[in-house]
Amino acid sequence: MVQAIEVEPGENKAPVMASGHTFGSITDKVSAMVLTRPLTKGWIFGFAICFLILQWMLYAMCWLFFKGVGVWGVNIPIGWGFAIVNFVWWIGIGHAGTLISAILLLLRQSWRNSINRFAEAMTLFAVACAGMFPIFHLGRPWVFYWLFPYPNTMNYWPNFRSPLVWDVFAVSTYGTISLVFWFVGLIPDLATMRDHAEKKWIKTVYGMLALGWRNSTRHWSRYETAYLLLGGLATPLVLSVHTVVSFDFAIGIVPGWHTTIFPPYFVAGAIYSGFAMVLVLAIPIRKFYHLEDFITPRHLENSAMVMLATGWIVAYGYAFEAFMNWFGGDQYESYVRWNRIHGPYAPWYIALLMCNILIPQILWWRKVRLSNFWLFMISMDILIGMWLERFVIVVVSLHRDFLTSSFGMYYPTQFDWAIFIGTLGFFTACMFLFLRLLPAVPIFELRSLLPEAKAVEHE
Amino acid sequence: MNMEEQNGSAGAGRREEAQPEEICPGKKGKLDLEAAKARIAETKGPEFWRSLEELAGSEEFQQMMHREFPKGASEWLDSVSRRGFMKLMGASVALAGMTACTKQPLEPIVPYVKQPEEVIPGRPLFYATAFTFGGYAAPLLVESHLFRPTKIEGNDKHPVSLGGTDVYAQASILEMYDPDRSQHIVHLGDYKPWSNFQHDLRGALDAQQSSHGAGIRILTGSFSSPTLADQLHSFLSAYPAAKWHVYDAVSRDNVTAGAQMAFGKVVDAQYQLENADVIVSLDADFLYAGFPGFTKYARDYARRRNPDAGNMSRLYVVESTPTSTGVKADHRLPVLASEVEPFARALASAVGVGASGGSLGGDQGKYVAALSRELQAHRGSSIVIAGPQQPAVVHALAHAINQQLGNVGKTVVYTDPVVAAGQAGSLQDLIADMRGGKVQLLIIMGGNPVFNAPTDLNFADALKNTNIPFRVHLGLYQDETAELCHWHINEAHYLEAWGDTRAFDGTVSLVQPLIAPLYDGKSQYEFMASLLGQWQTSGHEVVQSYWQKQHPGADFEMFWRRSLHDGFIAGTAFAPVQVSAKTGGFPASSASAAQGTEINLRPDPSIYDGCFANNGWLQELPKPLSKLTWDNCLWMGPAMAARMGIEKRDMVQVDFNGKSLKLPVWIQAGHPDNAVTVFFGYGRVRAGRVGTGTGFNVYPFRSTSALWFGSGAKVTKVSGNYILASTQGYQTMDAGDESRPNVRTRTLDEYRKEPGFANADAPPPGLTLYPGYQWQYKNEPYEWGMTIDLNACVGCNNCIIACQSENNIAVVGKEQVNHGRHMHWLRVDAYYQGDRDNPRAYFQPVPCMQCENAPCELVCPVGATTHSTEGLNDMVYNRCVGTRYCSNNCPYKVRRFNFFLYQDWDTPQYKMMRNPDVTVRSRGVMEKCTYCVQRISEHRIDAERENRKIADTELQTACQQSCPANAIVFGNINDPNSQVTRLKKNQRNYGLLDDLNTRPRTTYLAEIRNPNPELEA
Repeated sequence: MVQAIEVEPGENKAPVMASGHTFGSITDKVSAMVLTRPLTKGWIFGFAICFLILQWMLYAMCWLFFKGVGVWGVNIPIGWGFAIVNFVWWIGIGHAGTLISAILLLLRQSWRNSINRFAEAMTLFAVACAGMFPIFHLGRPWVFYWLFPYPNTMNYWPNFRSPLVWDVFAVSTYGTISLVFWFVGLIPDLATMRDHAEKKWIKTVYGMLALGWRNSTRHWSRYETAYLLLGGLATPLVLSVHTVVSFDFAIGIVPGWHTTIFPPYFVAGAIYSGFAMVLVLAIPIRKFYHLEDFITPRHLENSAMVMLATGWIVAYGYAFEAFMNWFGGDQYESYVRWNRIHGPYAPWYIALLMCNILIPQILWWRKVRLSNFWLFMISMDILIGMWLERFVIVVVSLHRDFLTSSFGMYYPTQFDWAIFIGTLGFFTACMFLFLRLLPAVPIFELRSLLPEAKAVEHE
Repeated sequence: MNMEEQNGSAGAGRREEAQPEEICPGKKGKLDLEAAKARIAETKGPEFWRSLEELAGSEEFQQMMHREFPKGASEWLDSVSRRGFMKLMGASVALAGMTACTKQPLEPIVPYVKQPEEVIPGRPLFYATAFTFGGYAAPLLVESHLFRPTKIEGNDKHPVSLGGTDVYAQASILEMYDPDRSQHIVHLGDYKPWSNFQHDLRGALDAQQSSHGAGIRILTGSFSSPTLADQLHSFLSAYPAAKWHVYDAVSRDNVTAGAQMAFGKVVDAQYQLENADVIVSLDADFLYAGFPGFTKYARDYARRRNPDAGNMSRLYVVESTPTSTGVKADHRLPVLASEVEPFARALASAVGVGASGGSLGGDQGKYVAALSRELQAHRGSSIVIAGPQQPAVVHALAHAINQQLGNVGKTVVYTDPVVAAGQAGSLQDLIADMRGGKVQLLIIMGGNPVFNAPTDLNFADALKNTNIPFRVHLGLYQDETAELCHWHINEAHYLEAWGDTRAFDGTVSLVQPLIAPLYDGKSQYEFMASLLGQWQTSGHEVVQSYWQKQHPGADFEMFWRRSLHDGFIAGTAFAPVQVSAKTGGFPASSASAAQGTEINLRPDPSIYDGCFANNGWLQELPKPLSKLTWDNCLWMGPAMAARMGIEKRDMVQVDFNGKSLKLPVWIQAGHPDNAVTVFFGYGRVRAGRVGTGTGFNVYPFRSTSALWFGSGAKVTKVSGNYILASTQGYQTMDAGDESRPNVRTRTLDEYRKEPGFANADAPPPGLTLYPGYQWQYKNEPYEWGMTIDLNACVGCNNCIIACQSENNIAVVGKEQVNHGRHMHWLRVDAYYQGDRDNPRAYFQPVPCMQCENAPCELVCPVGATTHSTEGLNDMVYNRCVGTRYCSNNCPYKVRRFNFFLYQDWDTPQYKMMRNPDVTVRSRGVMEKCTYCVQRISEHRIDAERENRKIADTELQTACQQSCPANAIVFGNINDPNSQVTRLKKNQRNYGLLDDLNTRPRTTYLAEIRNPNPELEA
């Protein structure tokens, strides 16, 4: 079934979908991933490992709850450590999903159709990972709800001047919209699954989730309107969430945080890492589930080009930050620049520059963009780089701020690592379940890419 | 369900316990009537007993009492109804509250000035008492909440304290409540009653009657108590052949020997720093706790360091180990400790004393020349002070120089010695007697010589292996010495006992107990009374009867009450004595040329000679210069470290005095080359849960020939390193270039030329984007503010401990300090500037700045830190969720976070110790300096009730109160006449990081040095 990838003559681009598919073949192929494919050893093994890592995280979190955030490496002056680094990183990764689903939908980029489903799922899981950290990093996590403006007898509201309160709104809205968007996108496919399932209970489950979808024209009409509206709703969120997250830093007076360039630079960085995560997931899924027909080199190449573009925005951000440190003439800001290059965390900063700016430049070569192996490696590299960027922003800025007497160092503990790696386990475990239980590629949207669908449209 | 489970298990428990044969104790053990008699004999006051068994203190009875309801246990066999259970629960809770009542001393004690009609719960009383350290009194006022002493403050009426204290006095309250203090009388490992000891002691004393006490030896530390001296002399006259020996690890033997050499008799020198234009310290650290008269000296010194007053004094310090005094010096000359003597001789010769001093070359020669000119120019208004670790001849030379310069009677006053000496012998004599088999009854009263005696005397061995049949140790802890004695008597803490003591000017303070002994300890007075055969006499009777003899008039009751009330006996200060120092004929220098590395042995600045090893506050107190906690180390100068390729925290092996130790290195700027310093006091093996096993025991380096310093040490680098937890040592402490002017400083001349230098770059007042939204304080009665005079601050750390005590601040331990999680609300930063071999250094106390534009308030998501109408930056602990954003955004990093449950919520002693006006913080909340808001509230309530405003001087924060140098001033800046308002108008006033426009309420007065232009060039 696997076909050699053809490069369309003249256009010099891979097709969005391999030729030779029909409505039926698409439906069969995708639904089979869930309904008829047996549990493979690979899946069980992969899931088991991720699940074990998840247990490690749960152990670490129990200990964290029991003892306090002192089990981490945070201290005075470095009040925020891995927890906030990871929070920003995960939120950033989540951006790709919404960007692909909403913005590319509005821009009518049809190539998004095969990757949007798992990108959205990825967004959801990434936001779930991110959402854990702000709660767990609290000194008293059991009172996290005090950050919400709920009516209470003390007539006491949160401090609306604090960016952390804005964060609460931004992230919770983003999480909700992502979930709704993802679920709405799933409805026609859930109905397909319901119709293809053979066992009664599976039919029942999918049937309930499909909310009575009958594939009627009226359904489709309402559906597409709703989907478009949701896309419109989600679009500003792509920009707003990371903007608000960047305010956590930009509003602070810490040298290295107090920068107006943070909002655009954070959003670009988020998309950068988000697309890297999409590729890190797409390349193995494509291979192991034989989806080369649907996730074609076109998708990979487009994603790579998005990374290249956002990578340059990020590079511009770095350059401008350094420039303003010098141009502003502020002694503390100049010291930030000096300290990043010469201080004790200099290797981290140099690694960040390598990972985020230097190495991704090989994406200029088309061969690289078409090579699964290199794309995967570069995507991993960007994920690491973007994590380092947050580390540099959070930790390296805090560890030396104003008074030399209060300079400090941050050493992550095993609990820092356990919870960071644990969320990776959580995330991948969720992805495994998602691949097993739901159509990872949107069937109906793929079908709309077929010439037959277009013919219908033109009628 | 849960309740049933509880009932069930309770029932089961009772069933097991209800074994009938255990109920009556008399059946098992034999009733010890002797013991009962003895107990009757020792009771005092209204004490009731329930049965003879109880009276005899029999174990069975104690066991029976331990189990509640032994007889009624059967009642519990029936399941309890829900109603009945609730009733019992309620009753238990109510009764549990009653156990919180504390014991008050039986004898009447007299409250201090704020004398209420009666005790009002929630209102503290202040009692005057005194803490004795090294024989010298620190006069105190102790805050007492319902008979629980909670905070120690200086006695502002006392001429020596004037409100100031030192770290040891401040921290002694923690010692009082220390659960590791000895709680029992121990005989060969068994707990025994006091009567048993008295019985045995009587036997031992009786056996000595025939020989007039020839086998009796008493070993004490230095003390100045007239009563105790009287008791000792009575004892020695009753047993004329007995001998009394004195030993202190940090002894003042050199000082007394120096006085003996100079004057032919022992006198104490008192320095009048307020009259001195030029002060020369010859290795004397007189601006740190432990130096007799420190609180007064710090105050007098600071008073003369006001550049605006126009008569600023000049301080020269010649020293080896860098000290706080060296930091404050206008000219510090780092020399080897053995070079101080030649320096003193050269200086003496230069001012005309026949000291057979050669001339010195190089820097030292230049220094001597300039210094002698300066001294000659300030005849009668200069002082030369020698440090106790310098040999006697240096002291004698200092006396001679002072006399030669006509300073005696003007800046230096001689008095009789404060410390009681009488016919005390040395430790060497005692050990010789012990080894000679002459000792049958050895009484060690206080002190821990097994741990801290010079190593060549081998005191522990002498104690263990000389077969002394009766060895008694009276001490606060079951320490290394207690272990080697037959009897250990748990001593009563000074806050639990009656006594008297002298301050360094001779003024006697009466020591009155603030609480009945927590563990039934015996004071030295009571112990001595037993030795004198006064078996029943209480400490109160001993002290009172002594003073009755001294003040036999009919008004004794008035005298007694007044003296207790004031905290001192008026008119007991020593009058100056006329002595004449010899100005020539000093013994020739015995020091041979130094070989190898010189080693200095100094007491630890925090835990002293080791006696405070179990004091968590002192262990965690950052040492003045290194900011090191929980450890001692080896100090080495930067030049030597660079030469040896050693970095901070590397291990070195030191061979000295035939001993070899491996120690971690701290590179201390300003330490002279070819010399190292080690601090003794650490490495205790029986200190308690806090102190045991911290640091390194360097006492093996101390011998009678090299008590303070010695040459010929060999330092070699070895592999490995060691974690030293410093609160400020992560990075360089260089003040660096002017780009971070945290400490703003000029010389006096520069200051006169450019008086506004400190605040030249400050943003204009009221700089804001929202001018209409500024809070208008002028309508408020109070607007709080603070100034800290960097010129006055001597870095004595006293404010840190005072703050810790006042605000219930937790101790976190070495590991947490190393993680950067110490909890001190107030820290004293040290900065260095210039040449690392002899830098200028600065102290800067940093409490919360209570910024008007507080960056922390903006970012707290739950509004847990907000601004009060009086300008305070308040912290609402129970609203805090612990995001730590406020700390991140605090440019001063004065916020402290409870990363774990740092507070000890369980130990009952600590519950009693805490200030009930301050919340004990739990895990996960942020905390910080509040300007002692509880004190503000207390005074505000008083003032409102009296329909007045809080007066300027009546309200003091804890740090301000304790500061001996008056560096910290707090008050109402809305009041144009308040002290703080006036200081804020001073030209030296500046805000730390004021360029951030945080508008801090805590501001600093810039440091002005007064260097000698001749040496400056």
